[in-house]
Amino acid sequence: MSPARKRTVRLVVALSAAVVLASALIYTSFSAASPTVTPSQLVREGVVGREYQLTGKVKAGSVRHEGQTLDFAVQDRAGEAAIPLSYTGQVPDPFKEGREVIVTVVKRDGRYVGQRDSLITKCPSKYKVTPSKGKTY
Amino acid sequence: MPELGRACLLLALGVCIYGIGASLYGVRRGRPDFALSGRRSVYALAGILTVAFAVLELAFLRSDFSFNTVADTSSVTTPTFYKAAAVWSSQEGSLLLWAWLLSLWSSLVLFLTRRRLREESAYATAILLGFAGFFDCLMIFYATPFATTNPAPAEGVGLDPLLRHPSMMIHPPMLYSGYTLCIVPLAFGMGALLARKVDAEWIRATRRFALAAWLFLGVGIMLGARWSYSELGWGGYWGWDAVENASLMPWLTGTAFLHSLMIQEKRGMLKVWNVSLVLATGTLAIMGTFLVRSGILSSIHAFGGATLGVPFVTLIGVLIAASIYLVYTRREMLASEHRLDSLLSRESIFLANNVVLVGLCFVIFWGTYFPLISEALTGHSASVGPPWFDRYTVPLALILVLLSGIGPVIAWRRATVANARRNFLAPLGCGLVVLAALLIAGISTGKPLAIAMFCCAAFVLGSVGQEYWRGARLRRASSGEAPPLALFALVRRNRRRYGGYIVHIGMAVLFVGVAASSSFQHASELSLSPGQSTKVGAYTVRYVRPTGTITSKEDAAHTGATMSLGAVLDVSKNGKHVATLTPSEGFYDSGEPAQGSVGHLIGGQAVSHVSMDGGITRDVWSAIAPDISTPRLLRVMSIANKTIPLVRPDEGMIALAVLVREYLKAPPPAQFHLIVSPLVLWIWIGGLIVIGGALIAAWPAPSAIRRRVRVGLRSPEDRRDRAPASPERGLARV
Amino acid sequence: MAALLTLVLLAAVIAVVASPLLRRRSPAAPAAESVDRAELQSAREAKYREIRDAELDYRTGKLSREDYEAVDSSLRAEALSILDGLEALEERKPPARLS
Repeated sequence: MSPARKRTVRLVVALSAAVVLASALIYTSFSAASPTVTPSQLVREGVVGREYQLTGKVKAGSVRHEGQTLDFAVQDRAGEAAIPLSYTGQVPDPFKEGREVIVTVVKRDGRYVGQRDSLITKCPSKYKVTPSKGKTY
Repeated sequence: MPELGRACLLLALGVCIYGIGASLYGVRRGRPDFALSGRRSVYALAGILTVAFAVLELAFLRSDFSFNTVADTSSVTTPTFYKAAAVWSSQEGSLLLWAWLLSLWSSLVLFLTRRRLREESAYATAILLGFAGFFDCLMIFYATPFATTNPAPAEGVGLDPLLRHPSMMIHPPMLYSGYTLCIVPLAFGMGALLARKVDAEWIRATRRFALAAWLFLGVGIMLGARWSYSELGWGGYWGWDAVENASLMPWLTGTAFLHSLMIQEKRGMLKVWNVSLVLATGTLAIMGTFLVRSGILSSIHAFGGATLGVPFVTLIGVLIAASIYLVYTRREMLASEHRLDSLLSRESIFLANNVVLVGLCFVIFWGTYFPLISEALTGHSASVGPPWFDRYTVPLALILVLLSGIGPVIAWRRATVANARRNFLAPLGCGLVVLAALLIAGISTGKPLAIAMFCCAAFVLGSVGQEYWRGARLRRASSGEAPPLALFALVRRNRRRYGGYIVHIGMAVLFVGVAASSSFQHASELSLSPGQSTKVGAYTVRYVRPTGTITSKEDAAHTGATMSLGAVLDVSKNGKHVATLTPSEGFYDSGEPAQGSVGHLIGGQAVSHVSMDGGITRDVWSAIAPDISTPRLLRVMSIANKTIPLVRPDEGMIALAVLVREYLKAPPPAQFHLIVSPLVLWIWIGGLIVIGGALIAAWPAPSAIRRRVRVGLRSPEDRRDRAPASPERGLARV
Repeated sequence: MAALLTLVLLAAVIAVVASPLLRRRSPAAPAAESVDRAELQSAREAKYREIRDAELDYRTGKLSREDYEAVDSSLRAEALSILDGLEALEERKPPARLS
């Protein structure tokens, strides 16, 4: 085989390997991913036994510690629909009522259960878009 | 004074527009005076933005709350260090910091290249001013740092307590320096393409900037990881969060670029690849900057509303389109001059390294932007978690480490097979010895990837060690110096090679730390009462007693906490005392009267203060979440809220003292998070080694050594021995 | 106060930026030769480095003697052609004083 031919073969082999790996990657990402939903979406479309990433605000007045479990409800950012859930695991520092959270939940036995250590609280915005009173440029 | 700030922003915009015009006119019409004027615009811009930054910084230091930014992020009680650093904790301030740093680096680089690369740097000037102008417009039209409120509020909101940590304050400037430095090679890359001169001059100049960018970005990433580990209550240093990933991606392409650039330098190959990498690095840096501010991805750092989203997306779109256009229209100029001589050559190892690095970047890119991708493709937004990232990045990292051990052993161009085989024996031996040791010690159960990483790291250390050994021996043979001196002289004369080896050692050490601390970690999360103890790994942790303090102005950590509740933990191993840990939780003022006159004093952000005992072999890490919502304590709070008026914070503090006393008298069980992580310290040590190696590699060699090569030909046909026509030729010496 | 500072700043900026345009003698455009010379000098530096690298590779045992001599002579040939180019430039025109 001439050197040029060898090079072409190598290139084809390498590219095919890359395509195969990339396809494996892409395929598994779709199956390993959990859909991101808001409470109203979850209420509408939630399927029992499936994992979801629930995002929203912690509903005021819903937080209760029961031993190792933390019960709270996640509310739509701009709405009323709220999902109550029980969560065990690490609770990040910024967690409190009114804060935005992301938590992985599964519906089991009619209740929503937060997966262990999956609770993420959004850092209180460093760059918050606060309406400033007075003169803005 | 805010008027001066606003005027500076407008003036800066004018200078940017003028500079772009002057540079382009100068280079297209061959008018060096205009090109020089364009370059000076950059210097002028740096001056203007320095004034603007100084105005803002002064406002913070003087606690001038008429500035909205100051009122939003600082307060009278914020310690001075954090006041100074609070400038960049807001959207507006950070934009100003970004633009200011860009102008400074651009000025420096343009000054250093003022006598060379005339055409390329004229285009680069225009592009850099374009970026500066973009950020300037963002500040003028969307998020101005100099907005004021009249009358000024008496007290500000204060800096988020989570950010009151020294490394959190250095991390943004470092990271921004990295991001802005990535724009410089992008500008010069585009400039070189526009001037149709992608050549040795360009390589030489770009390498320096790319290395500086890579270094700062790396330091910024490390600082972020360190801050996360030692400050946040989750005890980890990397979570595959969107923003972490956004900073890692340009670093990966930058690493690839630094390697493949050497191939272009030697063989005139990979020109298209290199300019693409350089353009991609800059674009990824912009995407990283944008991700933090747009909230388009749900992550821990979803800053700001979508107000800045549209301009950024436009900029990124323009960058990608321009890059593709430039590379496509210059493709003939970018054709390779040579081909790979042989698969067994350092060039091909570098090529493999590039493929792996870009592959890593692709994996991380895909995972990070997956919510957007899946939404576009399926209509539903979905996200992948850390396990998915780990599954793909760990094997790739293993291959990378392995390659960095193979590279030093193979020669450039074409290695001799027999020699290569022989040279592999010692490094391979190191890897096998480590493998055997781990198997015998019984540590290897069920953690094949970690074991593989340890062996690969041993392989790298063996390979690099062998190189140093041989090089030093060589030097001693000709100069008779003592070993330490020989080593020093060796490195001094071949900085790029031996400095690069040190960087690889650092990375191997870092990965050993990562593998050990993630695979062999013992973590425990449980509730303990005073006197109780628990076992974590080989250590016994006993909750000795609770602690509680109140401070009215500043606490011991100088972070402004109003109340601090914690614990004293005794850590022992096999009965012997190892360390005493004092984790605590700091409570801060929320400023919200609705929480009660006393309630608001502790109703703000609670911050966990981690306590850890760091060691060579392991870190013992602890965090506490004390329970202040027991019925008794709640009763104390409600009585205090009812009896103490809002306007008497001093009396509120006394009430807090009562609360603390009640807590200490009968402490309820507290939630503890305890982690024993092996070899975490080596992650930071590895990082420091990487930085040291990079500095060595980047340092310009003493010029006497740089230029002495006697050029002669040894082929029988032509025994012409060139007489030195300039003093620059002499004998080569290692 | 702020207005005064602004004017001062504006004046400084204009001075810095406009001075090249107002100079009587504009900076000489770099001759094509000096641009080529810079390019060849960079290429020469890189080639010298390669030669030294190859020698280091040989002496640390990565190359056999034959392979080293083959690589070395091809590198030196490449270096010679760069030096030839530089000398041709010098013969054509002595190095101009760069501003």
